[in-house]
Amino acid sequence: MSQVLTPAGTLTKAANRRLALRLLVVIAGSLLFVAVQPGLYKAFCDWTGIYDIDRADQLAHSPLAGRAVRLEFDANSFDNGLRFRPELATLSAKTGNVVHVTYRVENTRDTVVIGQAVPSYSPQHAGGYVKKLDCFCFKQQTFAPHEVRELPVVFVLDPQLPADVTTVTLSYTFFEVPEGSVQGRSVNSKSAP
Amino acid sequence: MNASHTAHHDDLGHHGHAPTGIMRWITTTNHKDIGTMYLWFSFIMFLVGGAMSLVIRAELMQPGIQYVSPEFYNQMLTLHALIMVFGAIMPAFVGFANWMLPLMLGAPDMAFARMNNWSFWLLPPAAILLTGSLFVPGGAAGTGWTLYPPLSVQMGIGMDMAIFAVHILGMSSIMGSINIITTILNLRTPGMTLMKMPMFAWTWLVTAFLLIASMPILAGAVTMLLTDRHFGTSFFAAAGGGDPVLFQHIFWFFGHPEVYIIALPAFGVVSHVIPAFSRKPLFGYVSMVYAIAAIGLISFFVWAHHMYVTGIPLTGQLYFMYATLLIAVPTGVKVFNWVTTMWRGALSFETPMLFALGFLFLFTIGGLTGLVLAITAVDIQLQDTYYVVAHFHYVMVAGALFSAYAGLYYWLPKWTGHMYNESLGKLHFWLSIVFFNVAFFPQHFLGLAGMPRRIPDYAQQFTDFNMVSGIGAFGFGFSQLLVLVVVFQAMKGGAKAAAKPWDGATGLEWTVPSPAPHHTFEDPPPFDQATAHG
Repeated sequence: MSQVLTPAGTLTKAANRRLALRLLVVIAGSLLFVAVQPGLYKAFCDWTGIYDIDRADQLAHSPLAGRAVRLEFDANSFDNGLRFRPELATLSAKTGNVVHVTYRVENTRDTVVIGQAVPSYSPQHAGGYVKKLDCFCFKQQTFAPHEVRELPVVFVLDPQLPADVTTVTLSYTFFEVPEGSVQGRSVNSKSAP
Repeated sequence: MNASHTAHHDDLGHHGHAPTGIMRWITTTNHKDIGTMYLWFSFIMFLVGGAMSLVIRAELMQPGIQYVSPEFYNQMLTLHALIMVFGAIMPAFVGFANWMLPLMLGAPDMAFARMNNWSFWLLPPAAILLTGSLFVPGGAAGTGWTLYPPLSVQMGIGMDMAIFAVHILGMSSIMGSINIITTILNLRTPGMTLMKMPMFAWTWLVTAFLLIASMPILAGAVTMLLTDRHFGTSFFAAAGGGDPVLFQHIFWFFGHPEVYIIALPAFGVVSHVIPAFSRKPLFGYVSMVYAIAAIGLISFFVWAHHMYVTGIPLTGQLYFMYATLLIAVPTGVKVFNWVTTMWRGALSFETPMLFALGFLFLFTIGGLTGLVLAITAVDIQLQDTYYVVAHFHYVMVAGALFSAYAGLYYWLPKWTGHMYNESLGKLHFWLSIVFFNVAFFPQHFLGLAGMPRRIPDYAQQFTDFNMVSGIGAFGFGFSQLLVLVVVFQAMKGGAKAAAKPWDGATGLEWTVPSPAPHHTFEDPPPFDQATAHG
């Protein structure tokens, strides 16, 4: 499409403008193309299943996601002046999920009480599947006179919990520790005289 | 000649008010003035970007952190790349296009002269934004020129300045491309059909189409980056459901054509220089045209070969590997044609020819390492190593830059009216080619041995090669200052250049006197079929 340049150049000017407009259409098309990319990309990924950006959600349906287990909480104390009870009596939790619960302790005496909580599980063999991350039972607790305190337990139910166990009861009993006994003595006494 | 030039000038009433001094350059719509400004701008940017690369090489002279902090190092390598790609190489070839296309096609000027002025004057603000971002809190963008999120979503205001600079540079390129396409398609002298056009015009025609198709895509990508940063969108921010890999797809959909946007005009220049100094017409003109078109087209379908390690499926990896290898076919055709043009030619080795031969030799090495990197299994090993750095410097520096130098020495007599100092030109070539290889050849070894790119520190076993590379880089950098001497000498004086200083040269640009008068081809020149290419 070679073109004769007229002396005035008017013909060419009009032709130039027409061509520039057509090129602007190409540019607009290119801009439109990039504007639809995020949508196209998502549609393509959904269609093919590659780069599945929702894959984390599918874990909910996988065997690893865990099953619901009923948890029961129990608290006991012997005649040591501690009023001890769980904040929640029961809870439904999934294996593999982190569970936070709190117990509440009140020292009803006018004197300091030092106590140590001891856990027990029902059924007994479920105990090995309660993986505790944090527990007030890990160490002795000292309660000032009439002190009220909330004590946390954080644990995960192991997904390998036997299928026949549908309810796990977690029970704590607070024992009073005699005055003058030292934290962890029984452990140390094995290695050092 | 001078008198007739002045007389001609007075004939044109609309140029009677031509301003002088600085306003002449600010308001000029003359393609030669604008071409000159493009070339000076790109050379200044080349020195700025080069200085940044010397900061990088100085830091890498020894393992450990010597001169700059890792953050500043990242900013240096990012700005070095952005400035060299968008500020030096691209404007250099737009400068050649401005100067030479109207002269080659027999047109009086570019099609849209006013827009031409604007597309140049957009460049300095962009350059100021880029270099100025070094001085804002948080410094310049430190992401590498690819601007990958999530880092590019997190950086400081320097990143925004880089994004706006890219916007402005994109606008400039798009306007320049509209101008070039219109000039080539509408303003050719009667009788010059498309298949009789000079090869440089063909390469720029395809390049300009690549630019208008791909530049809006980069603009869109960085705009999405900007809205992710400031307006709460989540195109790429994973925290909001976006995908950083999407950015890589969009970026490289622009980025791979960009590689050919740089390479094709370089091919064009070499396709003029080699025939001129072989005193033979270009071998295989038609196959050259088809090769250019094929390279341009395929370049849009190979982008993910930059992304083999992002976890694309095996089918995708295989497709992108084969498609990438396919580009070697038209590129091989071009290399074959250049070599065959020289076959049994009456060769002489003036500076333009030396640079064209340097281009041919080293660009082919760069192409070969590109083929190595195209192989998915190899690329997964070599991704982000110095092997990649060596590869693209062979095609960008020894390819595009050497070709630009070939063009500079080839057309300098036409621009200044004086022959340049041939001995200095040859010295510049030999220093360049030796130091270039000293700087970049060892980087292949570093990459194969596993040295990662974009890291200011390295394991001690890489010390020797890095030291060699650093010496080469400083040598290369300082030898480029010779160009300034050569150009200033040719501007000031020297042997008068004839209208056609190279006896083997063909084309309409050699029918006008040297230096080319301010206004040429006010009336379309007769097109001599015998001097046409093809």
